[in-house]
Amino acid sequence: MGMTIAEKILAAHSGHDVLVPGQLIECATDWVLCHEITTPAALRMLEERGMDRVFNPDQIVAVPDHSVPAMNIKAAQMYQKLKSWVQKNGIKHFYDVGRGGIAHVVLENTGLMKPGQTLVSGDSHTCNAGALGTFATGVGSTDLAGAIYAGKVWFKVPETMLIKVSGRLQPGVTPKDLVLEVIKRIGADGANYLVMEWVGEMIDHLDMEGRFTLANMAIEAGGKTGIIAVDDTTRAYMAARGVTPDQYTEYQSDPDAKYKVVIEVDAGATEPTVAYPHIPSNGRVAGSDRIKVSHAYVGSCTNGRISDLRDVARILKGHKIADDVQMIVVPATQLIWKQAAQEGLLEIFVDAGASVSYPSCGACLGMHSGVLGPDDVCISSTNRNFVGRMGDPTAQIYLASPATVAASAIAGFISDPRAYNDTIGTLGKAGD
Amino acid sequence: MPTVHVFARDHINTDEIIPARYLTTDIESELAKFAMEDYDKDFVKRVKPGDIMVTGADFGCGSSREHAVWCLRGAGISAILAPNFARIFYRNAINNGFLALEAQDVAAAFTDGDEGTLDLAAGTLTNERTGQKVAFAPVPPFALEIQKAGGWLEYMRDHMPRDVEAQSLNVVSTEGGHGHAGQAE
Repeated sequence: MGMTIAEKILAAHSGHDVLVPGQLIECATDWVLCHEITTPAALRMLEERGMDRVFNPDQIVAVPDHSVPAMNIKAAQMYQKLKSWVQKNGIKHFYDVGRGGIAHVVLENTGLMKPGQTLVSGDSHTCNAGALGTFATGVGSTDLAGAIYAGKVWFKVPETMLIKVSGRLQPGVTPKDLVLEVIKRIGADGANYLVMEWVGEMIDHLDMEGRFTLANMAIEAGGKTGIIAVDDTTRAYMAARGVTPDQYTEYQSDPDAKYKVVIEVDAGATEPTVAYPHIPSNGRVAGSDRIKVSHAYVGSCTNGRISDLRDVARILKGHKIADDVQMIVVPATQLIWKQAAQEGLLEIFVDAGASVSYPSCGACLGMHSGVLGPDDVCISSTNRNFVGRMGDPTAQIYLASPATVAASAIAGFISDPRAYNDTIGTLGKAGD
Repeated sequence: MPTVHVFARDHINTDEIIPARYLTTDIESELAKFAMEDYDKDFVKRVKPGDIMVTGADFGCGSSREHAVWCLRGAGISAILAPNFARIFYRNAINNGFLALEAQDVAAAFTDGDEGTLDLAAGTLTNERTGQKVAFAPVPPFALEIQKAGGWLEYMRDHMPRDVEAQSLNVVSTEGGHGHAGQAE
């Protein structure tokens, strides 16, 4: 019987030739990604059990990103715990404040995580790395502790959902709109426990940045991970980071691989989509209702990449954001921040009246640097709009593409970015 | 006798169970003070040790924070029954030896504040007010083994690597739940 990419990667990491969904395996982790919120708990668990060791300091990547720069003393202590552990154990890949940014986006760009590998992290958006043809999934602190200790994690081999995307996105429509449309269709638990494998003409033509956005949002449909097969786009992305095909393994799903469910989407029919409160599956076409916003946020591991910032800059250039809107733009990493500065994007943001902040998860999960107050209404390029996600439980969060956020910030209410189609050119081109 | 707390809505997420503003601690007794705060501020005042929660589907969706399991256990909750659980919450429950049990339409069988009796051997939660018994899927063998060991880390430390693969998470179970049998034809 044929196997999917996910099944093949898991088989290769658990000493099996063949795996079937439902089987329990002990899977080797090539990489463990650690940030300062869930890692300190894992370290405490290991210490309490006399299991305080690291399976391999060269296979751990540590990036403080949630509550940095520290917004209070407790956050500073979490950061200290991560850093002192890094120093004590000689963790090789540490991206400190000022040298890193949001962990998932830092990692994708390093070239460390290669196609065919496995990754776990104590963070639900770990699925982001699946865009590189890897098996990457989020776990809790106990699993994280086990992975740090032994480089192993247990998995029940998941079934796979195949998402076939035909056609091409229309001007003003981005991968974020596509994934919000898919989640709208299948529901916020539509892929619970499943791998979401993306294929089709649209995917073939999609740059890596857009692929990361698709894979990143798998968890918002309950997915175990998102995954996209290696192709020339992936190879070129790795090559630009000094990694050649002889250094990694490419897996493709077999023609007779078994899928739990197949979803077909026409990219050409996808419209700018906004997920209304309080669940990511609550999608409607941007601008279908007149919804006044008080806040606009661009950033996160989902949509804080250079192509996202370029989209925002194309729309904001020569405009001012509405007087009563507070806009924050957060480049996802230091490298993206620098590139945005070099390209003059940050100047466009500032001229438009937006605040540009340090790379961090920050306001996306309501920790700091833009927390929402009671009854605030935010249009956001982030990934989750649950009650209380970005701050006060009465705040309303609308999820959208960076382009929709920019168009809405100018208008002061949620707006369709296609109104700018004549001036903005093609959206979402990463051009790495 | 345990009180049953009803949270009937589907997709109750980790931001509601334990908001991110409290994630600067991982101490269970600290987290317990804020359990379910953004859903129901008074829950922590009503809950007592040994109590049971019954909820809608996809309980625990969202972030990977294990704090969601810890805060509920810390608040006294001994078991949660739901039609199904979000994936990471479910594995966090297993890794902690915490009872997350799959039961169809369980929330509809209770009014908040009813008393309930959990019978693990029989696989039922009984509503002591109405007499109605709600069946839940058996705890998967692997989850029981982890519980017996005291948690995943103890299991990992004490067992040979291959022991995991002799185990199973598959049980005759509720539709769409985690425990559904793999399609291993």
